[in-house]
Amino acid sequence: MTQLTLGKALGAGLRQAMRDDEKVVLLGEDIGKLGGVFRITDGLLDEFGAARVIDTPLAESGIVGTAVGLAFRGYRPVVEIQFDGFVYPAFDQIVSQVAKLHYRTQGRVKMPVTIRIPWAGGIGAAEHHSESPEAYFAHTAGLRVIAVSNPEDAYRSLRQAIASDDPVVFFEPKRLYHHKGEVDLDAPLADAPPMGLARVVRPGTDATVLTYGAMVGTALQAAEAAEDEGIALEVVDLRSLSPVDYDSVAASVRKTGRVVVAHEASREAGLAAEVIASVTERCFEYLESAPLRVTGHDVPYPPAKLEKYHLPDLDRILDAVDRVLDRPHSLTGADA
Amino acid sequence: MSPQTTPIADTAQDLELSERILAPDGSRMPNARLDAFVADVDAAQLRALHRDMVVLRRIDAEGVALQRQGQLGLWAPCQGQEAAQIGTARALDPQDYVFPSYRETGVIYARGAQPGDYVRMWRGEEGAAYDPAALRVAPLQIIIGAQTLHAVGYALGIRHENAPEVAVTYFGDGATSQGDVNEAMIFAASYQAPVVFVCQNNHWAISEPVTVQSQYPIAGRAPGFGIPSLRVDGNDVLACLAAMRWALEHARSGKGPAYIEAVTYRMGPHTTADDPTRYRDDAEWESWRDRDPIARLEAHLRASGDLTDEHVAETQAAADAVAKEMRAACLGMVTRPPLAVFDGVYAEPHTGLERQRDEYAAYLASFESEA
Ligand SMILES: Cc1ncc(C[n+]2csc(CCOP(=O)(O)OP(=O)(O)O)c2C)c(N)n1
Repeated sequence: MTQLTLGKALGAGLRQAMRDDEKVVLLGEDIGKLGGVFRITDGLLDEFGAARVIDTPLAESGIVGTAVGLAFRGYRPVVEIQFDGFVYPAFDQIVSQVAKLHYRTQGRVKMPVTIRIPWAGGIGAAEHHSESPEAYFAHTAGLRVIAVSNPEDAYRSLRQAIASDDPVVFFEPKRLYHHKGEVDLDAPLADAPPMGLARVVRPGTDATVLTYGAMVGTALQAAEAAEDEGIALEVVDLRSLSPVDYDSVAASVRKTGRVVVAHEASREAGLAAEVIASVTERCFEYLESAPLRVTGHDVPYPPAKLEKYHLPDLDRILDAVDRVLDRPHSLTGADA
Repeated sequence: MSPQTTPIADTAQDLELSERILAPDGSRMPNARLDAFVADVDAAQLRALHRDMVVLRRIDAEGVALQRQGQLGLWAPCQGQEAAQIGTARALDPQDYVFPSYRETGVIYARGAQPGDYVRMWRGEEGAAYDPAALRVAPLQIIIGAQTLHAVGYALGIRHENAPEVAVTYFGDGATSQGDVNEAMIFAASYQAPVVFVCQNNHWAISEPVTVQSQYPIAGRAPGFGIPSLRVDGNDVLACLAAMRWALEHARSGKGPAYIEAVTYRMGPHTTADDPTRYRDDAEWESWRDRDPIARLEAHLRASGDLTDEHVAETQAAADAVAKEMRAACLGMVTRPPLAVFDGVYAEPHTGLERQRDEYAAYLASFESEA
């Protein structure tokens, strides 16, 4: 086991994937000499050369569109979008081309494209640097969507994403790039749990908090605080946002009977809505109370000084926990 | 006609291919295309341009310092680009409307920005730094190239109204790779929109050298879209002023869009979060230091006796005063209360958001009742 930051774990994952398969090529803005603006690709240009670590012109549609062509040619492109808010120029290529080509060609064309996106807020960044666009992609058939929350997961699921014959939109919480954790660099990929599985990060019996990305940490803090009040929260890291591992989710909900879904993205038509609908369909008779969402507000991502009011924190999660447990809570009158 | 080989957009060639009025040593060179556009510029005007550039450099340095001191989340320095920004912006009429990128500190300065306007966005207090209507400048744009299409749309409005105005958009060499910028040129040419494109080719798009974006001098592309272009020495404030006057006159007189590539150099990092030592070599940086736009105009003015030590001292004092006001404005900013996150999302009432706001207000109030 090695102690690595999440950022370094991702770099190690890329390196290992490139060593394992010479068809793996990287494309992106500033990923060569600079090593990417977050230094995730640091050192890869030196090891693999400019033909496999391709510093591109500043054009996201161009980057993803080119990756599509490389995939036609049998490559496994891994694309870096510099920041979440810059994926939109490439949106058409991702949802119209990357997501659909396999289907349109009845499987004759594979799109093993991994689209890495430094993602979400909490770092006091400028406009367009803290967005949570996951729902757009989860809504698009043909894409897999992964969100990681710790170095071990980052290392393993990035390699799995690259090895997958399907396109994967891979969300990296930039708030956690410098967070450290144990990573087993040598564990064979074949032995790892599939990247689509959810994981119980903390077992509990009173209510389930479903979340992903950097919010997993917040949920764990909430669970610790709840423990002081005698409440045992189960925290589940979804890890895969499309498909969601509803078997694991349902198992937890059947155990606790109460559900809170937390994410940074805004609420309207967000992932929490989908997850709660699915949980309700599957586990209605097990539910002791109506599931609740804790999300960002339905506003464009606010300027840095206001983001602390936008991002769910442990208090907002605990408030929702109180409500699903029918305990006195702060949102008076909000149950209408 | 035999096929021609295309010039490569490398650093050295760039300059030799561009229009110039002041040589790097400050001496004046005759320029058949541009001289007429600056024939009226006298010593007082030159001193004003000099002062603008000195103030801008000081504002920029203060921005970097404020960021380093933790007062700003980020800052995008423009050191080295003073002539390109001041020269072009000072050619504008007050009613013209500008669509800038995030680096155009000098352009908003020339449009009359107030001290806090330089920092409000970078500090994270508000999304837009100033009142666009007051400055006639759209909010600083972070999405690369998006603003060029906005400028063309604005120019279409001008055209419909037969107004004597021009829309101007600023963007970098990297931006020329974006679809939006190319689409903007097509739309502008198709509708003969009164818009001026100003590409500040500062040689780097973060770590990507201009050669990654363009194998041909960037100004050379515009004619392919049907837009006349000029490539000027972006460190020569007079050439920038003259070129912009040409472009504005062209657009204002109903001849359609015009395009300027100002060949310059970003002396500092891309932003305060960047580390240029990873991708840029010192020799290149030093060769550009010798073409400093402020030193060039200063040398010119000194040679003709139009700039004294007193002038320089006064200018520096004025620049320090602006920086001081900017710092005070920055440190004096008060973050809006939590419910401000909901402000301004919609122009008209939105029941969904109102409910969410009420919920959050009740939630916040619950802490007060606990206390
Ligand atoms: C659509 C989009 N992609 C990526 C970025 C990240 N980014 C910010 S500035 C920049 C480089 C821009 O270079 P250039 O257009 O030459 O302008 P300069 O910064 O040199 O003035 C990049 C890649 C962005 N802001 N928008």
